[in-house]
Amino acid sequence: MATRHDTAAPPVKEGGAAPGRPPAEPTEAEQRHRARLSRRWQRDKRWSPYAFVSPFFLLFLAFGLFPLVYTGWASLHQVEMTAPTDMTWVGMRNYTRIFDDDFFWNAAKNTLTIGIISTVPQLLMAMGLAHILNYKLRASTFYRVAMLAPYATSIAAASLVFVLLFGRDYGMINWALHFVGIDAIDWQNDKWPSQFAVSSIVIWRWTGYNALIYLAAMQAIPQDLYESAALDGASRWKQFLHVTLPSLRPTILFTVVVSTIGASQVFGEPLLFDANKGASGGAEHQFQTLGLYLYEQGWVNQHLGRASAIAWTMFLILIVIGIVNYVISRRLRASS
Amino acid sequence: MEPEDAVPTARKVRRPKSARAGGQMHGGPVAYIILGVFTIVSLFPLVWTAIAASRDNNRLAQNPPPFVFGSNLFHNLDVAWNDANLGKAFVNTTIVAGTSAATIVFLSTIAGFAFAKLRFRGRGALMLIVIGTMMVPPQLSIIPLYMMVAKLEWTDQLQSVILPSLVSAFGVFFMRQYLIQALPDEIIEAARVDGASSWRVVWHVVFPAARPAMAVLGMLMFVQTWNDFLWPFLVLSQTGNPTVQVAVAGLGRGYTPDQSLIMAGALLGTLPLLLVFAIFGKQIVGGIMQGAVKG
Repeated sequence: MATRHDTAAPPVKEGGAAPGRPPAEPTEAEQRHRARLSRRWQRDKRWSPYAFVSPFFLLFLAFGLFPLVYTGWASLHQVEMTAPTDMTWVGMRNYTRIFDDDFFWNAAKNTLTIGIISTVPQLLMAMGLAHILNYKLRASTFYRVAMLAPYATSIAAASLVFVLLFGRDYGMINWALHFVGIDAIDWQNDKWPSQFAVSSIVIWRWTGYNALIYLAAMQAIPQDLYESAALDGASRWKQFLHVTLPSLRPTILFTVVVSTIGASQVFGEPLLFDANKGASGGAEHQFQTLGLYLYEQGWVNQHLGRASAIAWTMFLILIVIGIVNYVISRRLRASS
Repeated sequence: MEPEDAVPTARKVRRPKSARAGGQMHGGPVAYIILGVFTIVSLFPLVWTAIAASRDNNRLAQNPPPFVFGSNLFHNLDVAWNDANLGKAFVNTTIVAGTSAATIVFLSTIAGFAFAKLRFRGRGALMLIVIGTMMVPPQLSIIPLYMMVAKLEWTDQLQSVILPSLVSAFGVFFMRQYLIQALPDEIIEAARVDGASSWRVVWHVVFPAARPAMAVLGMLMFVQTWNDFLWPFLVLSQTGNPTVQVAVAGLGRGYTPDQSLIMAGALLGTLPLLLVFAIFGKQIVGGIMQGAVKG
């Protein structure tokens, strides 16, 4: 800001010359006017980029960064929902409290397993689908739109339908399974089946979306890479391994990071999959995720300080995952 | 003049990519079978929602589950509509999703334009911050936001849902990617030489050139905000002043919930977006794919 006038001064002469229309006999007033216009123009050119990006950053500061930092601050205090402005410093006690709580570790484990059994099959299937969609196909737009339809469906609506489909006594899935000789599975109350059912909602909603992202990246791969690979005698499978996959590496990394963040926060699906619509994630917490545990501590038990500690723990876990991701991707790049 | 030129140029730049799009090999029967299975899996829960909504609760508690439509659809829709206060929820959600989508599109376009075409000190670092913000989970901010809302006594009021949803890092990134290729530098320079101010350039050059991308981003953000669940669920009550998702989630409560009514509510909550999808599906697919390719 301090140098603004100094730097604005020299361009005045340049600006006066730039239009390339030498005026006949400019009076002194006209010259002053022109210089002022030109100065304004220069100033506009210099500062307008900041004007264009500042709304984003101001809103992000107010609704993203400030709350993030404040959550960290609140996690070191005892704060109750009943009096959110009364904050008593307790240091790390909220953290030791939740780490001593078996339900925290249960929720962390559930989040991890639900994350893995929803993300891994989802991304693998999306990759396969993208590969198929990359062929020349009849009605290819139709498949793409149909596959993306679950993305337009809300968590609320999808979860409610899946509760019915996974019903123990009259659910469609158990009914279909009895034809292949499998006895009725209690999808809501048994640990693994319920986690699988919750994951299936996530998989259903996001597979098509990820397939489209992979497809877009595949279509950006130059065709001559495949041609030269084919000339070298590489089979279709070899081409996929040695041309497609390496080219997709940044995209794969991107989808892994985004899905990991999504999986760490799964909330609506387990909340609505619970028959009692409670925050415990099933009668024995069998599918309570960290997101649900946070909600239970903060909004049901009304301990906002403790909920903040859970939120920050989730954040730190994500940062660790991000660093691991980065290291792995660098190793991969170095080895290839 | 210039704006009119900008759009066809943009298309010309992109065309070679889509000409390459289909790949070279034709898909065999196996490809069609796999795609067919996935299409059915994708659409079946939606169709079955409608079937379940057209039955009554007793029929849903029988084996085999119903596969064809019954006669109760309109009755169930009517009851669900009134029970869940869906009329108000629809108005609310339209206001919320419309306001956020419009604001996000506007702010993302001007910020994306600055990042794509203007030189300024700190551009690279600021763009990195934008991308970095995509990695911050929104769940981390809900507690202070909730405390703010409680303090301002905004519980159950729409502004508490709208305000935090006015920015999107994805939107900035998306518009930047589009404008880099769709807006030739010469047009901006020409407007500049003619003495246009930055706002005139944005209004008369950038907005017309960005119109297709703005439409797609608007639809994506509308869909996303319409489906938002966690934050509206925390600050809005389920019957007082809900959004559609909050109202639909509330349908499952009670001791003996009527499943056909729940399905009718779920159907009503999903139908508007499915209609948007049926009409603009191709553009939305194109938009997601375009946002995915990084420069």
